[in-house]
Amino acid sequence: MTAILAEGLRKTYGRGSAAKAALAGLDLAVPAGTVHAVLGPNGAGKTTAVRILATLLRPDAGTARVAGHDVVREPDEVRYRIGLLGQHAALDEVLGGRQNLELFGRLYHLGRAGARRRATALLEQFGLDATGDKPVGRYSGGMRRRLDLAASLLMRPRVLFLDEPTTGLDPRGRTEVWQAVRSLVGDGTTVLLTTQYLEEADQLADRVSVVDHGRVVAEGTADQLKARLGGDRIDVVVRDADRLRAAAAVIGMAARAEEDAIEVDADARRVSAPVADRMAALAETVRGLAAAGVAAEDVSLRRPTLDEVFIHVTGRKQGPEADAAAGAARAAAEGSAV
Amino acid sequence: MTATTPAPAVPPPARTAGARLKWAVADGLTMTERGFAHWARQPGRAVVSLVFPVMMLVVFTYLLGGGMAVSGGGSYREYLVPGMLALAMSFGLEATMVSLTADLGKGVVDRFRAMPMAPSAVLVGRALTDMAESVFGLAAMAVAGYAVGWRWHGTWAAALAAFGLLLLLRFAMLWAGIFLGLVARKPEMVQAVQILVWPVAFLSSAFTSPETMPGWLGAVAEWNPMSATAGAIRELFGNPGWAGDSWAARHPVALAVAWPLVLLAVFCPLAVRRYRRLGR
Ligand SMILES: Nc1ncnc2c1ncn2[C@@H]1O[C@H](COP(=O)(O)OP(=O)(O)OP(=O)(O)O)[C@@H](O)[C@H]1O
Ligand SMILES: [Mg+2]
Repeated sequence: MTAILAEGLRKTYGRGSAAKAALAGLDLAVPAGTVHAVLGPNGAGKTTAVRILATLLRPDAGTARVAGHDVVREPDEVRYRIGLLGQHAALDEVLGGRQNLELFGRLYHLGRAGARRRATALLEQFGLDATGDKPVGRYSGGMRRRLDLAASLLMRPRVLFLDEPTTGLDPRGRTEVWQAVRSLVGDGTTVLLTTQYLEEADQLADRVSVVDHGRVVAEGTADQLKARLGGDRIDVVVRDADRLRAAAAVIGMAARAEEDAIEVDADARRVSAPVADRMAALAETVRGLAAAGVAAEDVSLRRPTLDEVFIHVTGRKQGPEADAAAGAARAAAEGSAV
Repeated sequence: MTATTPAPAVPPPARTAGARLKWAVADGLTMTERGFAHWARQPGRAVVSLVFPVMMLVVFTYLLGGGMAVSGGGSYREYLVPGMLALAMSFGLEATMVSLTADLGKGVVDRFRAMPMAPSAVLVGRALTDMAESVFGLAAMAVAGYAVGWRWHGTWAAALAAFGLLLLLRFAMLWAGIFLGLVARKPEMVQAVQILVWPVAFLSSAFTSPETMPGWLGAVAEWNPMSATAGAIRELFGNPGWAGDSWAARHPVALAVAWPLVLLAVFCPLAVRRYRRLGR
């Protein structure tokens, strides 16, 4: 059964010259009981997609069914079956943690006593029982995130949406959220999560959709996406940065790689290239480096990271540094235009 | 984290009109309780919202009380206090806008909207909480008014009717506030609305008789919904009013009933529609 099916979703914010297409025909199909990651840079349209699927936003075009119901025509049937952990906390900051859970429980019509029981169980489950009476406005970021997650699990949802669930959490908080997600999936919940952490998608997701400019640019299991890059890669770290060019020439020959498939990272003094025949490439590289007199600190074979997949399919680098670089480039372009 | 406990059975969403009505009432009351829980968490705020109108009333009676005369004759204090009561009800528009935009800006409304609860409950909860606050505020102001020398000379029934008209005005302002809050969305936008509300509030018979104002300003002040309520309750309390001879001046009670009903008929549906369209 397909738990989430989105076809041709489009959404434009603003009108006229200020119009900004956030989604430009997004398709998604997530089988029930699986974890699906939507991976994309800032502004790719991840939050917009989640908000449409969670009935908070109406698409301009396209259709979406969640847990068997149309998000536009039967929003209440969808809401009855979903949990949502938004990118920003959806909690009452004035009330305490327990009061929040009891409020939401009563709005799910669990009754006063039922809501209280459920709140107690969830506070305990998420390690918040000691701080249940403190106003949420004074919670730490991690506590807030856990309470928000608890609120989205009040009634066990059939489909759970997690919009960047671990952004801003420390490694321990991240592991806790991951554990919670894994145990939910064990119970048969379908999870759609968006993330900027490629590692997170790799760790949690059965399948990954890479989204850029409001549409899916690549889709598959993490392994399939990695395989698309030409399988394994060879990494060589040279001792002397001046020798990078020589090393690149040797590796290109040994790995039989096209020139533009070879990546040179000057800061890390590393050359990286895709390889077809693992052992032959390794042997030839070592031999070639020795013959060219290039001193290597490390030579290794590995599978490509999702980072590389991302660069490959979008032609851009992921993450905050990439944004800063893009911002600087834009500023430079604007400056020169004046 | 410890092991998960089984989730309770949640009743299915409302699929019949009867069920929808039942949940609309239950959810509206739950949201009202939330408003009261906010008071309990922030007693300081609740106290300020009571003290501020009382302070205004006391300050204005002492500030203006000495130097003003009532055109129709009688004590200016007895003229001013009903005006201040009507003014406080009108300023409720801002109070409602502020609390609603604070909610809308916080993201908690996203959770409400992603749940199978009655869509009216957020607004109904806001309305009932603010009305309760206004009942207390009005009582505090009436006591303060008594302390500065204001009296009512009519019957208890007339006095109750006067308080009823004040709360009716508040209820209408409340829905106008909800609508404007939904349009503004962000608390920062509220200030823009204040710029509109204050002149309208002061351009009324609250402080002075519209007769003394220049031509068209006087006409606006005469027909102002706030003036209607102020005039009506002056009549019901047996306090001195202003001696106008326009239709508005001669029928303040009818106007004090009609104006809020018109405002409600306009803003109530607009507000509900606007809330439902938050997702567009
Ligand atoms: N309410 C809004 N009004 C106008 N433009 C918006 C609005 N929300 C999002 N956008 C724009 O739509 C595009 C997609 O935004 P969206 O929030 O869906 O991206 P995202 O993938 O979630 O990004 P991030 O990783 O930063 O959370 C962005 O260019 C953003 O600037
Ligand atoms: Mg986002």
